[in-house]
Amino acid sequence: MAYTLTVNGRTTTVEVPADMPLLWVLRDVLELRGTKYGCGISACGACTVHLNGRAVRACQTKVSAADGASIMTIEGLSPDGTHPLQQAWQDVDVPQCGYCQAGQIMSAAALLAQTPKPTDEDIDRAMNGNLCRCATYLRIRQAIHKAAAMTATTTVQQAAANRPGQDQE
Amino acid sequence: MNTVIIPVSRRGFLKGLVSAGAFVLGARVLPLEALAAAQASTAPWEPSVYLALEPDGRVLIIAHRSEMGTGIRTVLPTIVADELDADWDRVEIVQALGDKKYGSQNTDGSCSIRDFYVAMREAGATARLMLERAAAAQWNVPASECRVQLHTVGHQASGRSAEFGALVTAASALPMPAKEELRFKQPSEYRYIGKNVPIIDLEDLCNGRGTFGMDAVVPGMVYATIERPPVLGATLKSHQDAAALKVAGVEQTVVLETTGYPVGMKMLGGVAVIARDTWSAIRGRQALKVEWDLGPHASYDTAAFKKTLIATARQPGRVARSGGDVDAALASATRRHEATYYTPPLSHAPMEPPVAVASVKDGKAEVWAPTQNPQAVQSVVAAALGITETDVICHVTLLGGGFGRKSFPDYCAEAAVLSQKIGKPVKVVWTREDDIRHDFYHGECAMHMQGGLDAQGKPVAWLQRSVFPPIGSIFNVEEQYGGGQLNMGWTDVPFAISNFRAENGPSEAHVRIGWLRAVANVHHAFGVQSFIDELAHLAGRDPIEYWLETLGASRKLDAELKAQGYELRGLSGQPQFVPDTARLRRVVELVRDRSGWATRKTAPGHGWGFAAHRSFFSYIATVVEVRVDDDGTVHIPRVDMAVDCGLIINPDRVIAQFEGAATFGAGVAMVSALSAQGGRIREGNFHNYQVPRIHQAPLRTHVHIVETTEPPAGVGEPGVPPVAPAICNAIFAATGKRVRELPVGKVT
Ligand code: FES
Ligand code: FES
Repeated sequence: MAYTLTVNGRTTTVEVPADMPLLWVLRDVLELRGTKYGCGISACGACTVHLNGRAVRACQTKVSAADGASIMTIEGLSPDGTHPLQQAWQDVDVPQCGYCQAGQIMSAAALLAQTPKPTDEDIDRAMNGNLCRCATYLRIRQAIHKAAAMTATTTVQQAAANRPGQDQE
Repeated sequence: MNTVIIPVSRRGFLKGLVSAGAFVLGARVLPLEALAAAQASTAPWEPSVYLALEPDGRVLIIAHRSEMGTGIRTVLPTIVADELDADWDRVEIVQALGDKKYGSQNTDGSCSIRDFYVAMREAGATARLMLERAAAAQWNVPASECRVQLHTVGHQASGRSAEFGALVTAASALPMPAKEELRFKQPSEYRYIGKNVPIIDLEDLCNGRGTFGMDAVVPGMVYATIERPPVLGATLKSHQDAAALKVAGVEQTVVLETTGYPVGMKMLGGVAVIARDTWSAIRGRQALKVEWDLGPHASYDTAAFKKTLIATARQPGRVARSGGDVDAALASATRRHEATYYTPPLSHAPMEPPVAVASVKDGKAEVWAPTQNPQAVQSVVAAALGITETDVICHVTLLGGGFGRKSFPDYCAEAAVLSQKIGKPVKVVWTREDDIRHDFYHGECAMHMQGGLDAQGKPVAWLQRSVFPPIGSIFNVEEQYGGGQLNMGWTDVPFAISNFRAENGPSEAHVRIGWLRAVANVHHAFGVQSFIDELAHLAGRDPIEYWLETLGASRKLDAELKAQGYELRGLSGQPQFVPDTARLRRVVELVRDRSGWATRKTAPGHGWGFAAHRSFFSYIATVVEVRVDDDGTVHIPRVDMAVDCGLIINPDRVIAQFEGAATFGAGVAMVSALSAQGGRIREGNFHNYQVPRIHQAPLRTHVHIVETTEPPAGVGEPGVPPVAPAICNAIFAATGKRVRELPVGKVT
């Protein structure tokens, strides 16, 4: 079967079985290997991508269910790796082995889109589907708070810049 | 494709490292312009197997150890760069192939820095001296007046200077200096050592660009999954692949011989499904029908086996260390106490399961794999293919975690044998179920302890027995005793108790046993550190005070241990690594003071626990605070760890390892356990084999580092052992319930 996917803004058609999970379409067919396999049963979050803006586990999303959808993977989160989360992740040196981190960042990005200033509890709720066997959790929490603060500052600055007639202040 | 093909084979250094079709790990891949420039200029100079300098000024440093999250691929090279006084921005790191010329590459046992600190410094100091001599000859000045500073050699009197690149050709013609001629930097001169140099892969790992084993691809590659014997030693009776072959994308099936005993590091065998992508291989395998002769290990049942281990632990075992007369002292003690502990089997479960790509052609094999031990890949693959080790090229990718699992190259042998059989490059992908059901497990352990106290509550007799299926069983089926695992927190217990005996009872093994982060230290620390806490409470004493008193006067333990029939062997026998109770005392006092132990609150449901343990030549003390809800749920608001692991190269990466260890240890204490029935491991994925999630991790972990000039010791593993007993001791303080069996789950 042929399915049309818009991945990171680029529309492509893939010829694969209907039940093939999006994870393997991304990795083996489209050669976007930033999205990782960790469990295949929605229990680890390593495969997290955004489907029409929502965080989903690509290992449990059949390609047929993603037909026509817009998908964002870690490779598309920012053109040059400068999403506030990616910056915060580097600022606090989150990764150890790094294998889980694409999934962590994609889950965190969905969280911040919903909840720009998350509490520790919000973070635990949104991130407890993402395993990190190296256990970088402390720094993940710290980096999410940091990215939230960075985003808030940027938004305030943008808002100020966009406000008409206030240039001189 | 994520892989970067380096289209060059330059003389010497890069040859042998970068073969045709090879890829270089994602970070700091040589830019094409740089390559072109390098090709145009003269050859690089290799003052050491770990180092090459290019005429264009680039310094290439070999990372010969595997990167699985400790930062070692960055940290060892910073030692070379520091001693050379190279500009880190002009350093490129090249991941080594498996090759004996580097010395051991087995990234295991927390020994990368410990074993290679000196070699790295010598590499840097040698190159620095030769550059100074080359400059001196050119300028006709004494070499002793020339000094390297940040990638440049300078001569102060004449004001002359030259960059490294300009001196490469001249330096390469000089004779190698003798070791005695080398001058090493003083600590005050360190440029990178002791600083937090970020890992070179940092950006890639945040952008989805790091190349793990799971991401390796080579042209023409097919994918394989394997149905392996469900019970150790099971043999294939029959299989039907008609339905599998009908699955879209499946190309063929291949039978892999089951390899028999001893299992060693060999592949397990089974039936492989070859397909054009991972999913088709998984689907095809689901359609296979396979029947097995299960063999004798089908009797393995963890519930029954636990009873056997505990019964053995209650019987006298083989004496591993004995001082004084324990039996007499127990008989005459004012108070006696005994306890039996049990810890379950565990799986490594690195986030990236085992995976390997292999291409076998014309009697030569090339392997790309996330391996902790590329030289073992060479030997195991060579044996499986019937070729020589030097005909196996092993490329090391990034590892998505290792924890000991990836020093067993069985999965690499699978890929190589399949490639040989079908004549194509093959990627073998392990599913999570494969990983959890075919691991080299951390075996279960039963420990029986007896203690005797005098009238003042001081321990005067201590008997400990441990029983566990040993790692040695994978190499020798007859092996039932713990061997080297007894050196891990059992025979080296540091307490000054005049009547002390450590024993070990026999155990069969029904699965492959391997080493997991901190190995036998994990269960031994649980037994010893729980029991001393029990004795402290029995004596009505503060656990830390009692612990320090029992530790006794500051001393090195070699003579005492020897007098008790236990000889420190290998590295631990070296004077710089002999157990030193003064260092242990220092971390205990540090964690006591920094955690606020003396002023801890005693709210209902709140408790603090303590444990300390030396392993991999590092001294770690831990204080944990727990909060136990009415329904028995345990929260860990805070962990403090005091750490003396000798000289530290990169403090941030050390802290990160201990933060990780706190949570890894919390997993051991609270949630992780395997069970077996009918010889099969019942768990298969993260829904039933639990590892800690963000809300189960300690909310805060404070790592307190002892500044010391002692030689570098282990970092990756020694944080784990004291965590579980400290948590359980805290649970006792909070609830009065003593944990003698892991994992806790909920306190009931
Ligand atoms: S691989 Fe999808 S959640 Fe684990
Ligand atoms: S960084 Fe290794 S699994 Fe998360």
